[in-house]
Amino acid sequence: MTKKMAIIATKGTLDMAYPPFILASTAAALGYDVQIFFTFYGLQLLRKDLSNVMISPLANPAMPMPVPMPVMVQMLPGMESMATMMMKQKLKKHGVATLEELRSLCLEADVKFVACQMTVDLFEFDKSEFISEVEYGGAAMFFGFAGETDICLFV
Amino acid sequence: MNFDKEFDASGLSCPLPIVKTKKSLADMASGQVLKVTATDCGAVKDMQAFADQTGNTLLSSTEEGGKYIFFMQKK
Repeated sequence: MTKKMAIIATKGTLDMAYPPFILASTAAALGYDVQIFFTFYGLQLLRKDLSNVMISPLANPAMPMPVPMPVMVQMLPGMESMATMMMKQKLKKHGVATLEELRSLCLEADVKFVACQMTVDLFEFDKSEFISEVEYGGAAMFFGFAGETDICLFV
Repeated sequence: MNFDKEFDASGLSCPLPIVKTKKSLADMASGQVLKVTATDCGAVKDMQAFADQTGNTLLSSTEEGGKYIFFMQKK
């Protein structure tokens, strides 16, 4: 019988956007039937335009920095954009796929994307800003799939 | 070793060598052999794990001058 994996994606920052897409695309390549339930800030990962998915050094003390940087400096305007740019350069240099590429690979491999209807409404997201492959549902719908999975992860 | 198809995953990091191996195998016939070249050292264990979990056969896994060469036979 086909193995199944479910992931709950709740974060919308660049660093935390990678694990769901990496694990989902890999599991699909291994023959798993995969579903990702996007809720709260994870919904940002469903936007057609992912350029606003960023990383911040603020409140992220484990993030390796090229030079030690005091928190007072990290909070200056433009630091978030700079950190994001540097992280993207680093990812590219190491041959890590972009989020857009990984997301496309997931879709090609029939990974199902479900957006949490409640949080879409809560944050007043415009569904036209999301990619068309998204389905909308609630917690009960997620459990319909998650209850029969071999692996279930919360990111 | 003879092979029917080849793809170069040099410079690509996890999970791309695995995901693209899967894609390359998709239009191949059972018994055909795919040659994959990679530079990501993580691919060595990942390709074996891919073979173990998907039923394809990893015929060989070698290193030559910093490149990892795999021959994967489709099940």
